[in-house]
Amino acid sequence: MTENFSFTNDERIIFTLRALYMKYGYQPYRMSKFEEYDLYSRNKDFLVSEGVITFTDTSGRLMALKPDVTLSIIKNTRDAAPDVSKLCYDENVYRSPKGSTGYREQMQIGLEQIGGVDLCGVSEVLWLAAESLASLSDDFILDVSHLGLASAVLAPLPPRDATRAALLKCVADKNLHGIAEIAKDRPLPDGMAGRIASLIEASGKPADALPRIRALADDLGTPDIAAALETVLSVFEGTPYAASIRIDTSVTGDMNYYNDIVFRGFLREVAEPVLSGGQYDMLMKRMHRTDRAIGFAVYLDRLERLDETRPGTDADVLLLYPPDTPPADVHRATAALIAAGKSVFAAGSGAGRLRFSEVADLIGGEVIPRA
Amino acid sequence: MPDMLNIALPKGRLGEIVYSLFAAAGFPCPSILDPGRRLIFENEEAGVRYFWVKPSDVTVYVERGAADIGVAGRDILLEYEPDVYELSDLGIGKCRMAVAAPRDFRDDPRRTLRVATKFRHIAETYYASRGREIDIIHLNGSIEIAPIVGLSDVIVDIVETGSTLRENNLAVYETIFPISARLIANKSSHKFKNEAISRLVKEIAGGRT
Repeated sequence: MTENFSFTNDERIIFTLRALYMKYGYQPYRMSKFEEYDLYSRNKDFLVSEGVITFTDTSGRLMALKPDVTLSIIKNTRDAAPDVSKLCYDENVYRSPKGSTGYREQMQIGLEQIGGVDLCGVSEVLWLAAESLASLSDDFILDVSHLGLASAVLAPLPPRDATRAALLKCVADKNLHGIAEIAKDRPLPDGMAGRIASLIEASGKPADALPRIRALADDLGTPDIAAALETVLSVFEGTPYAASIRIDTSVTGDMNYYNDIVFRGFLREVAEPVLSGGQYDMLMKRMHRTDRAIGFAVYLDRLERLDETRPGTDADVLLLYPPDTPPADVHRATAALIAAGKSVFAAGSGAGRLRFSEVADLIGGEVIPRA
Repeated sequence: MPDMLNIALPKGRLGEIVYSLFAAAGFPCPSILDPGRRLIFENEEAGVRYFWVKPSDVTVYVERGAADIGVAGRDILLEYEPDVYELSDLGIGKCRMAVAAPRDFRDDPRRTLRVATKFRHIAETYYASRGREIDIIHLNGSIEIAPIVGLSDVIVDIVETGSTLRENNLAVYETIFPISARLIANKSSHKFKNEAISRLVKEIAGGRT
């Protein structure tokens, strides 16, 4: 029997991941389709896409068609630390992809922990990110980094400084030669170029990268950063996922929003990251919150081509009935074929370009298979 | 069989130089030297597949994963800002991005500066950093004509030897940044084909020292 009436790829992924997150106690969160635009305009840099679809509602308020889920979750949860909220969602968001002039509907599934997030909570989120990737492909890599390192290396430069932004881009691009290019235009504080190079090079399997991370963190006087990274990654030791975990310092983010642990997930079959997440305590602060938060999203639009298998047929049986056939006969014949485990496309004439394993005629209430 | 490494090369003289670098680094594909109009070449034994693509399209092939790595000028990387790793400065294909103008040009800050260019993003970023108001005139070629016929005050374009500028009575007014060819990698390929990509980067770096 064909799988014509089974779940789509998206539905399968959503059911699998939602069930996984709920097993760990994450409560489904449903957001409103429209939110006040003000929420997004105040945090524009946090949004992946610059464009937001807006309209004025009947009361004259400027509303936005949801471009993001995280901001809505923060707005709709209260500061209850040290308690923690664990929420999961699957929502469509509306964004303008880079280089595009229009908007696209994109399905996202993800989770958030908000409140008294501790290292155990961070480890749990990393584990669920790995488990999400493992459910999508046998061959995945989860890149993890600690933004505290880049923050400490760049600390001598002011937060909004253009050189600082350019150096952070070098880190994100694994661009060692770019550091010298920047230094040529503007002298960098003593030792900064070398430390950025060490940061870029401190990537790889945790066993290889951690000693380099420790050395850099010690040099920066922030040994707790290396210890935190080591602690949260210890959850993978001795597990089947250990081989898929990498420390990769090129995983960065806007430091006005993100801090500490950040991560990104890749599948062999997909050219772009399919999962992205991290701690966003800085965003919480900007929204006048004192509690902490971490979360991730899986981008379902990037998984469209994950399932390249095409069904050979569109239904098992094309059931053709002549004009004036009583509807009750068509229904009985269709129901009998379905009861026999087949999928049926009943039509009076033809079915266009659809393909079937069998063709049968309904004559006098009887199904006659064609040779 | 290990995965093939897919490499996008910019068509033209620069691509030929890059190929010889990569071949010497252990990724040869002799059929690429055959005359003809084929655009894809493969050497299964060396685990490599090369594509010839338009230089400005290399970043598209790499960012979208059709090619694992490629070679693109710094101008293209700064103009399109693709989400790729920039692994190495190959130190070849050197030129510069510059503002050029008629020899007697003097900037009048009371007027909006009319800038003709193929590189809209680079020009906008450069003048925004100086707080200079400009009017971008996007052209696809023969940019040098624009100030001569009064279409623009200056141009922002790539300058190699400067001979085209000289022949059109133009001169470099300011250099924006130097350009050279960069080795770029798709972020996902860099994870899953790391051994081959790292080997290539290391061999090329070794060959240059």
